[in-house]
Amino acid sequence: MIRVVLPYHLQNLARTGREVEISVEGEPTIRSVVEALERTYPMLRGTIRDQVTGQRRDFVRFFACGQDWSLEPWETSIPAAVLEGREPFRVVGAMSGG
Amino acid sequence: MSGVRLLVGTRKGAFILTSDKKRKKWKVSGPHFAGWEIYHMNGSAVNPNRLYASQSSGWFGQIIQRSDDGGETWEPVGNQFAYEGTPGTHMWYDGTQHPWEFKRVWLLAPSLTEADTVYAGVEDAAMFKSTDGGQTWHELAGLREVKGNLWQPGAGGMCLHTIVQDSNNPKRMFIAISAAGAFRTEDGGVSWAPINNGLNSPFELPDAEAEVGHCVHNIAMHPSRPNVLFMQKHWDVMRSEDAGGSWHEVSGDLPSDFGFPIAVHAHEPETIYVVPIKSDSEHFPPDGKLRVYRSRTGGNDWEALTKGLPQEDCYVNILRSAMAVDTLDSCGIYFGTTGGQVYVSSDSGDSWMPIVSNLPAVLSVEVQTLK
Repeated sequence: MIRVVLPYHLQNLARTGREVEISVEGEPTIRSVVEALERTYPMLRGTIRDQVTGQRRDFVRFFACGQDWSLEPWETSIPAAVLEGREPFRVVGAMSGG
Repeated sequence: MSGVRLLVGTRKGAFILTSDKKRKKWKVSGPHFAGWEIYHMNGSAVNPNRLYASQSSGWFGQIIQRSDDGGETWEPVGNQFAYEGTPGTHMWYDGTQHPWEFKRVWLLAPSLTEADTVYAGVEDAAMFKSTDGGQTWHELAGLREVKGNLWQPGAGGMCLHTIVQDSNNPKRMFIAISAAGAFRTEDGGVSWAPINNGLNSPFELPDAEAEVGHCVHNIAMHPSRPNVLFMQKHWDVMRSEDAGGSWHEVSGDLPSDFGFPIAVHAHEPETIYVVPIKSDSEHFPPDGKLRVYRSRTGGNDWEALTKGLPQEDCYVNILRSAMAVDTLDSCGIYFGTTGGQVYVSSDSGDSWMPIVSNLPAVLSVEVQTLK
């Protein structure tokens, strides 16, 4: 199971706590993590990436193991520490807007 | 419950205000969806306990919420708004063509006759329809075929912000877009025609014959007279006798004919309401006095309604979707301000009182009259 930390507003939308666990099918990549998250919590569809273009929303970022993974290609494999559950994959609402 | 239910969308959440028929004591519920922008909430005329809310944020995009118990509980429904086919382009601020991009839902309009049908007006301007209670949406793409390549965003974005349904003819609807103009369909949204003849903006739109490009702010209609339309344009209050075929100005003696909302009395088809705003450069009431203006003659002759409203140092705005009218015997008028006040008049505008005074900026107000 992969641990995912959600931002406050998505916790409320998904009616979960701060951290959820998801099961990823196939190769564990950024894309498959987001897909698994949307499959487990359908109300999150469209909130992390645009449903039509598939692009990550501008003010949503991905962090794991102290690094920003937001600009990495969707097919990038997630770190072993995340895969093994030692570290969470963090979906973050960017600090912006004043 | 017998009385009224006010659906208030704000910059930071939704609020539901309820009262009995006297409309003196109010219960406030909210914030719902705290921290999110609620551009609009609306209830079904067929099933009043079915409510919809447009919930959005610059971070997480568009959510549509639905309640089937009058706002006690909510569930997210479909939020995929995909333009039909290749979206194409529209006019950008610099005159170049710009791709159509979905940004948010400005308005939700449940069908007056079908419980599971609801329309959505969106930015970039288009109209969507759902026939399954908001679970799935498809575009009424014929609208953008009406010279959509010439439509241009207004200052608030290129939004479809007004949907008026003819309760006598479900296939006829009127919509308005900033800054494209007003349009009418006679076939349920398959095909559309511009209805902007007579709108005049000589400095912004020198071509008086232009079919599109008009900055319409809001349209209102009394259900008993579906051919008579009232419009608050960017400047000018307008009236049509022929379902938008032509328009003439009825601004008359208003202190300013700039404004956003316009409404019609529930029982008097010739009684209309506007809230004059000083100008498009200064979005607040003239002289710092918050005055609703009422015409009992369908325009031209206006009276200021001030009792209970602040008459000094008031510099709020009233947005286009932030005025509503109930259908109780003594007609109630409501409006919300960017200062977070929601006002009620239970006597057709003669006197007013604040229901709440410190909400986030109010984006929209709708009212349901509950039997």
